[in-house]
Amino acid sequence: MTTGPTVLSLRGATKRFGGLVAVNDMDFDVTEHEVLGLIGPNGSGKSTTLNLISGALKPTEGTISLRGTPISHLSAADIARRGIARTFQLVRLLPSMTVLENVRAGAVFGHRRRWGAEADAHALRMLALVGLDRRANAHVGELTYIDTKRVELARVLASEPKVLLLDEWLAGLNPTELEEGITLIKRLRDEGRTIILVEHVMDAIRSLCDRCVVMSTGLKIAEGTPEQVLSDPEVIRAYLGDDDA
Amino acid sequence: MSLTKRDWQSITLSAVLLAVAACLPLTGDAYMLSIGITIAMYAVLATSWALFSGPTHYISLATAAFFGLGTYTTAIGIENGLNYWVTLPIAAILGAVLAALVGLATLRLSGVYFVIFTLGLAELVRQVVTWGQNVSGQKGLYVLTDITEVHIYWQLLVLAAIVYLTGWAIGRSRLGFALRIIGDDEEVARHSGINTSRAKILLFMVSGATAAVVGSMLAPRYIYIEPALAFTPMLSFLVVIMALLGGTGRLWGPLVGVIPFTLLWEAISASFPNQTTLLLGLSFLVIVYLLPRGFVGLIESGKRKMREREAFA
Repeated sequence: MTTGPTVLSLRGATKRFGGLVAVNDMDFDVTEHEVLGLIGPNGSGKSTTLNLISGALKPTEGTISLRGTPISHLSAADIARRGIARTFQLVRLLPSMTVLENVRAGAVFGHRRRWGAEADAHALRMLALVGLDRRANAHVGELTYIDTKRVELARVLASEPKVLLLDEWLAGLNPTELEEGITLIKRLRDEGRTIILVEHVMDAIRSLCDRCVVMSTGLKIAEGTPEQVLSDPEVIRAYLGDDDA
Repeated sequence: MSLTKRDWQSITLSAVLLAVAACLPLTGDAYMLSIGITIAMYAVLATSWALFSGPTHYISLATAAFFGLGTYTTAIGIENGLNYWVTLPIAAILGAVLAALVGLATLRLSGVYFVIFTLGLAELVRQVVTWGQNVSGQKGLYVLTDITEVHIYWQLLVLAAIVYLTGWAIGRSRLGFALRIIGDDEEVARHSGINTSRAKILLFMVSGATAAVVGSMLAPRYIYIEPALAFTPMLSFLVVIMALLGGTGRLWGPLVGVIPFTLLWEAISASFPNQTTLLLGLSFLVIVYLLPRGFVGLIESGKRKMREREAFA
């Protein structure tokens, strides 16, 4: 179901670390307003793929384009400015700063750049969006785990990205927090944002993703709606081994 | 950019302090003036060093390279008939260019490699200048001007005012915010859209240019300069120690370290002239162990404790 125009596309994206092929010849497109799930067993190359898109790593081969313009040769900073923003698998906040300042980092240097009172107001709006506006002046060290994730998400949103990359944003949350987390991402989805999420939580994948790309040992083994891919025998084999397929 | 009441208070206070400091030569005490010059010199060097190293945590040991570059620029300039005042901006430009070259080559490296490289650079420049002088057949250069100690002192105060204003402006700018983010987490900085190398190089250039101008201003004081004096590695270490003693978290931090340390250093050099290096090392250890965040850290944790006590009372 490709409806809107293509925002991001990977063609033959490959990453080798010495003899290990972490990502092997990946092809997929993400269209506007789409939530794409990037799933697969541990070590299948999902995070590496995300790192290739965000510019944390350079692909060994292949191209990644944003609205038709190749970006795979650019630095992470340039890619961020062009409108691809990410969260990290292990939350990364700016420890010496307040919650508001953390979010301001996204507002000041991201895709749409603001400064001064405008940046503060925008950062506050993003904090309200993730439900943290009351803690704007708290120090990030005082936050609970899910709140640190909210701050990171708000920082990423503050840059007004064209594509949002969420690297296991729901991992490590307890059941209540997970519910809140899924609701939050659903809201982003309803706002029409374009999102790629790397995720292990099946409930989240089913309720959030329009489409999934399944990876195993660096290769794309399936692509389709969550129902399609999760019933695909090859996907089940990749997750559970041969005996259960 | 609007200034708050607090900004005006800080500006007024700084201006008053500067005016008081400018009156020092009126005492007519030559010894006081000589200590005043040393304090002003280290205050400028340590503050501009902290502008770069404070937020980024990159420890530069290249201060002597920039300082010596400035000293020699002025000496060679005057020898070739240039006006002293013309040599100051030339030194600033040369310092900025050297800093940009070093930055391009090294700021992609992580912390410890940067430290070693800057120390090596200072030595390299010193050796090259020594070699150059040997080839030309001179041991050193004479810097003969009619500039007196009082002039040098006032020049340094003006430079200090410029450095504080620059630091204050950077702190309020996007560049300052970018550097704080880089200091916290360079990966986040990059992924937030900050060109981290550019930000670091710009600040390093400010720091390098300032150190070069300080060298220029000090050249007339030495009258006769040679590489061992202009490029002494001791200078780089003293600047780092003083800045760390004061604390790099605030613009005024290094100054708080410079004043007591210069006085202490005067006493040490006078009483134990043969053990200065040993005592320098010891003070380094003591500061890093006992005051890792300097006097600024001490003052701030003191303030926090006071607030907590008030909250409980």
